[in-house]
Amino acid sequence: MPDACLTFTDLTLGYGGHPAVHHLSGTVRKGSLTAVVGANGSGKSTLMKGIVGMLAPMTGRCVVQPGMRVAYLPQQSELDRSFPARVADLVSLGLWPRRGLLGRHRAGDREAVARALSAVGLEGFERRPIDTLSGGQIQRALFARVLVQDADLILLDEPFNAIDTRTVGDLVELIKRWHGEERTVLVVVHDLDLVRENFPQALLLARRPVAWGDARETLAPENLLRARRFHEAWDEDAPWCEQDHGHGDSRAWEQGRVP
Amino acid sequence: MSILHEALVAPFLEFGFMQRALLGALMLSIGAGPVGVFLMLRRMSLTGDAMAHAILPGAAAGFLLYGLELVPMTIGGLVAGAVVALGAGAVSRLTVQKEDASMAAFYLIALSVGVVMVSMRGSSIDLMHVLFGTVLALNGDALTLIGLVAAITLTTMLVFRRALIAECLDPLFLRSVSRLGSPVHFIFLGLVVLNLVAGFQALGTLLSVGLMVLPAAAARFWANRVETMCLIAMAIGVLASVSGLLLSYHFSLPSGPAIILSAGLAYAVSVLVGARGLLTTLRPHTSHRIA
Repeated sequence: MPDACLTFTDLTLGYGGHPAVHHLSGTVRKGSLTAVVGANGSGKSTLMKGIVGMLAPMTGRCVVQPGMRVAYLPQQSELDRSFPARVADLVSLGLWPRRGLLGRHRAGDREAVARALSAVGLEGFERRPIDTLSGGQIQRALFARVLVQDADLILLDEPFNAIDTRTVGDLVELIKRWHGEERTVLVVVHDLDLVRENFPQALLLARRPVAWGDARETLAPENLLRARRFHEAWDEDAPWCEQDHGHGDSRAWEQGRVP
Repeated sequence: MSILHEALVAPFLEFGFMQRALLGALMLSIGAGPVGVFLMLRRMSLTGDAMAHAILPGAAAGFLLYGLELVPMTIGGLVAGAVVALGAGAVSRLTVQKEDASMAAFYLIALSVGVVMVSMRGSSIDLMHVLFGTVLALNGDALTLIGLVAAITLTTMLVFRRALIAECLDPLFLRSVSRLGSPVHFIFLGLVVLNLVAGFQALGTLLSVGLMVLPAAAARFWANRVETMCLIAMAIGVLASVSGLLLSYHFSLPSGPAIILSAGLAYAVSVLVGARGLLTTLRPHTSHRIA
């Protein structure tokens, strides 16, 4: 498929012999905007880590099209907010893919940081120490960092947790802008209404993929009910999964085929 | 004027050992200050202390084999420090155990091995030398070593500045854009060990961490940016070195502890009156702006 940005081939990701994402196959079309939904423990964050390469697959493959710049905003940021840094320092981290360890930050880079800050509504916050920001402002600053990264594939893991409605609205607009710029965006979201309103595509996970395609169809009641039937607890004595067993759900989802 | 000259300048002009001690302490302060700042920002100040103890068995092995000689004790210290830093780092990165626990385990083992080794040979004077150092007896070789370490430290920190900051500020982000995350951690631990081994000659294993941790901890109360903090830490180290040596000269105090005490005084003053110190935070803030 020429316009695939991301291809999963029978991908199983997990921890300590237990799968968190089980036999996922399919493609994410370049320029698509997909919401990843599912209960806690359904493998959404694990899938994100697998895509960035922080977690090696147990079986199968996850291939990001070569040359793609990836930006990843994790759910549990390890950001040290007591670190003596200013907002501009935090956002400038996004210049890393372009400037690396030693490349000098040029005037244009500083402008890019300033533009990103004004795009997320933090105009003039450059010199503010990060420990003076509120939770919503930090999230806005992290979105500004994603903007500066100028990535082709953007992965956001639960970016709307504990964020007020107005900020969520602003950030959703930003995500739509990325979508308009032909960037590929995957967002882990819990608010299903938000997904139905704003996301063209959705992937419903319950460790296995339950449905993937048009957001409204994916979130249809029968799919949500099927998703709920998978229990989330680990079974220590679960039998070993054998490759040649037919997996009912392991058909390849071709997201691009939806008209 | 002449009293001031007599008290502050003359000791350094008259005595070669004071000049060498001053040069050594100044170079130590300049290298160790920035390392200490990053130790503190990574919440690893106590790790620095643990690492200082970890050097002991290596230095003791050098001492057992060759007596009080610079090169074997330095190499021994470096090896022991590297083993503990890498071992503890590897355990914490590859298993469930966090670095504080693995580091404590490794350094306790190292420390006990070191004390056993020193006590196998040597008098209590030797033990005092190893534990507290002799800044007043620094020779040319030791000064060369300290100078080299300071130069390596400053160069490395300048080169890896951006990665060091990113690894402290948002390690997960650094991992998502670069493979430097783990290497930079070990490079940094390497700098810690290098500076401790350099400081060991002058201040001994127990106090060599002092010029690293105290100026950095004091600098936190004065600055809001990493770069400024590093410069302030260096300045405090330099001041503490000068005043410590003078105190030691005039009042016949042991020189190493006098230097660290001076740094401790700078810390106490900073805690109290620093821009972000106690007096500022405890002052009731009733007046406020409208937004």
